[in-house]
Amino acid sequence: MTSGASNDNAAAGAAAPTPQRIGVPREIFPGEKRVATVPDVVTKLAKLGFGVIVETGAGDLADLSDDAYREAGASIAASATELWSSADIVFKVRPPTADEVALMHEGQTLIGFVWPAQNPELMQQLAAKKVTVLAIDALPRTLSRAQKMDALTSMAGVSGYRAVVEAANAFGRFFNGQITAAGKVPPAKVFIAGAGVAGLAAIGAAASLGAIVRANDTRAEVADQVVSLGGEFVKVDYEEEGSGGGGYAKVMSEGFQAAQREMYAQQAREVDIIITTALIPGKPAPRLITAEMVRSMKPGSVIVDMAAEQGGNCELTEPGKAVVKHGVTIVGFTDLASRMARQSSTLYGTNLFRLTEELCKTKDGVINVNMDDDAIRGLTVIKDGEITWPAPPIAAAPKPAPKPAAAAVEKKSGHGHGPGGPMPAKTLAIIFAVGALAFWAIGSFAPAAFLGHFTVFVLACFIGYMVVWNVTPALHTPLMSVTNAISSIIVIGALIQIAPPDAGANGRPDQLILWLAFAGIVLTAINMFGGFAVTRRMLAMFQK
Amino acid sequence: MSQSLATVAYLGAAILFILSLGGLSNPESSRRGNLYGMVGMALAVLATVFGPRVSPAGIPWIVGALVVGGSIGLYAAKAVKMTQMPELVALMHSLVGLAACLVGFASYVDTSLQLEGAEKAIHEVEIYVGILIGAVTFSGSLIAFGKLNGKIGGKPLLLPARHWLNLIALLVVIWYGREFIRAESVADGMTPLIIMTVLALLFGIHMVMAIGGADMPVVVSMLNSYSGWAAAATGFMLSNDLLIVTGALVGSSGAILSYIMCNAMNRNFISVIAGGFGSGAGTPAAKADGAAAEPQGEVTPVSATETAEMLREAKNVIIVPGYGMAVAQAQHTVFEITRTLRDKGVNVRFGIHPVAGRMPGHMNVLLAEAKVPYDIVFEMDELNEDFPDTDVAMVIGANDIVNPAAQDDPTSPIAGMPVLEVWKARTSIVMKRSMASGYAGVDNPLFYKDNNRMLFGDAKKMLDEILVALKS
Repeated sequence: MTSGASNDNAAAGAAAPTPQRIGVPREIFPGEKRVATVPDVVTKLAKLGFGVIVETGAGDLADLSDDAYREAGASIAASATELWSSADIVFKVRPPTADEVALMHEGQTLIGFVWPAQNPELMQQLAAKKVTVLAIDALPRTLSRAQKMDALTSMAGVSGYRAVVEAANAFGRFFNGQITAAGKVPPAKVFIAGAGVAGLAAIGAAASLGAIVRANDTRAEVADQVVSLGGEFVKVDYEEEGSGGGGYAKVMSEGFQAAQREMYAQQAREVDIIITTALIPGKPAPRLITAEMVRSMKPGSVIVDMAAEQGGNCELTEPGKAVVKHGVTIVGFTDLASRMARQSSTLYGTNLFRLTEELCKTKDGVINVNMDDDAIRGLTVIKDGEITWPAPPIAAAPKPAPKPAAAAVEKKSGHGHGPGGPMPAKTLAIIFAVGALAFWAIGSFAPAAFLGHFTVFVLACFIGYMVVWNVTPALHTPLMSVTNAISSIIVIGALIQIAPPDAGANGRPDQLILWLAFAGIVLTAINMFGGFAVTRRMLAMFQK
Repeated sequence: MSQSLATVAYLGAAILFILSLGGLSNPESSRRGNLYGMVGMALAVLATVFGPRVSPAGIPWIVGALVVGGSIGLYAAKAVKMTQMPELVALMHSLVGLAACLVGFASYVDTSLQLEGAEKAIHEVEIYVGILIGAVTFSGSLIAFGKLNGKIGGKPLLLPARHWLNLIALLVVIWYGREFIRAESVADGMTPLIIMTVLALLFGIHMVMAIGGADMPVVVSMLNSYSGWAAAATGFMLSNDLLIVTGALVGSSGAILSYIMCNAMNRNFISVIAGGFGSGAGTPAAKADGAAAEPQGEVTPVSATETAEMLREAKNVIIVPGYGMAVAQAQHTVFEITRTLRDKGVNVRFGIHPVAGRMPGHMNVLLAEAKVPYDIVFEMDELNEDFPDTDVAMVIGANDIVNPAAQDDPTSPIAGMPVLEVWKARTSIVMKRSMASGYAGVDNPLFYKDNNRMLFGDAKKMLDEILVALKS
């Protein structure tokens, strides 16, 4: 019944903008507990105009029942076959298996993790089916707009948290230090290698459990983030040469690696728990923890190797298992995110919802895979059966926008500290030429008395310029009121006019001048007294 | 007192004025700086009064004038509210301008000084220019005062062909300047002088009327600069170096402030003077072009209680105040909230945009009045890098100065204006009366960002509610 109706819809979908159906199958990969959408997200997808079909039992392992999906407005498909045939768009977590690919039909859109680089065969199979595939792992992560869709980040965050929970589970002691009636318990010491998203999540989780957290990363700029989450950044003791080169390649020199090994060895002797998250894109995980270091750890210590799937950061890691070697529990689970299925499903579902929003800006329940959009172009690895992966590097077009802004900001960074950078030589030359001409004109025609005053005037302008650039921007209002007060120095003009000793000479209109000058003194006195008093009042308010 | 002694006293006063401005480089030394200014002024006035140019007959008049003016000034300084500072400053600029005019006229009718040839011509040019600047300052400042206290609407008044009007006025002024210098007697010269004064007054009115409310900081600092140049011109007119030095100091100070304000708005000084910002003339066109840049999505409203909850759980908070805070008189509540949060160990800081408010440094003064310690109040450049590590950025009554379109959208009318990057904080909360756009008339994509929350309502009322929720 459901299937029949949807086939009609699919047929009609090509002609008129009939709302499309999003299908969410049950994940069939062994041990995978996540699901690609959750009831809350179903409601939001419905608002965008989509119909949602969920395979029965899809959310069971993430504690999301069919009833919950039904309440949120989804219809439930009884089998995978029914779901795959009736959906126009399929949301998945794991890459589809060959069986699942077989269920797909032409014109369908698949959104989920695909890992096109690692799964070339799968890509061929999907292309043969003439479908469109959006690989969430191929998202151009550098676009700030893409952050809300970045499932790798949200999954890494969950994994990082879970890594700490796994470590705590295997570790036989408190994380936080305690003083009990029975005696003092020292806090656990945790070392986290790699401060990416997963590493930072682990730092936050471990610190909030009360452990002493240390972390290291080859990128020195993350040090502040480590500290902000309650961790301590451990530097590799190879500063002089490393910082001198500045580049990444130089930092990873032989000397640096030796220093790094030394640092890891020392941490291994000191800490109770090591969580490693170091990954290099497209390469096996770097070997950071040697068997020797594991042996040097205290009995009962724990290592959680989050890079287990890529070969592990620890020599003794066995991917997918927790093993005890030399008295140290080495956790190599590769399904950390799946172990928090409900949380990771919610985050993943939200990431996909954000992506759907980008795909369906018209909110009419029909997606538009717009290949001119950088984010969507990057995600789309197969478009209507044609492999479009890898996407060309993002064109320079959107970049200039932030660049001029950054440059402008940089140029103006001199606020309050000085008149900014030097002027371009051409402008400077013009200014000098105009200035020279003006001076020449003045020098040729003006009388000597004027020149004396003119000298004073020009020099005073320069003094004013130098002095005022030093004024802190916070005091700009007092600056205005005090300059205002001292500009009432004009009172001197009125004072010398009011009653000069030579009054009456040459038919001077004394009475008129007296009144003009009197008014001038009154006005400037208001300014003078008022200006200084109000400045005083303001400055008295500035306190530490 | 001999002329030489008076000159030396003037030199002392000039040095004291320079020290006074120098003292403002930090709040610690600023109080002493103000004192230097007062001493300098007293020295200059006393040296003049007891100097050779004032006969004893004038002293009662002088004392009377100083007492009258002084008491008005002191009363005004005491009575003014800190939110009204921009108005007071504008009004005071107008007084300087008017005084310069009066001194100019008095100097012209003063026949006791007999000059010949080039000296006479230069003296008359000085008078002419002095009165010109004084009159523009006077009428311009009066209009600015009216605009600032709301007696005159904030919308720019744009006459048709206004640039031509200004140009014609300038040409007429120059032509009458020629007439004025050629005039044989004082009576002959008076007509061109008065015509020029009237034109200058009209020009001052027109210039400030054409400037929108958001450009007020530039106008106020520009008028500050003019009042200095007026004093310097008077100095040339009277051959008094102290007036020249002081005028130059004040003039360059105002000019630098105008420059800083223009930079902070990414606006060209000429275009501010030419006026018309926020008039709606340029904005709709830009909007039509940048249809893709139209912010879309929904805003997420939030309640005062939820805001209080977020603040309480935050570690780092940055508050960005704008003119809306001044209007709502909310600075004291802001301080109470700050104190409560700081007592709980939250790191609260303030981020001030150079053009927040209606005059340079306006926000700093308001926060200082509310007893916010100045070492937690930071400039935009000092703080912008810290937003990514900030849990909550709270924007109170500000709009354009936190608009991400200035950085992201090259078609935006405010593109390139440096802004406070509040959207980089984990959560930003914008307190606003409604969804209306800011002075620049630009829609703000910040409101639609996922990590932004909108707290609608009167800033004072909402902040009071937050404070109550925080304390409970």
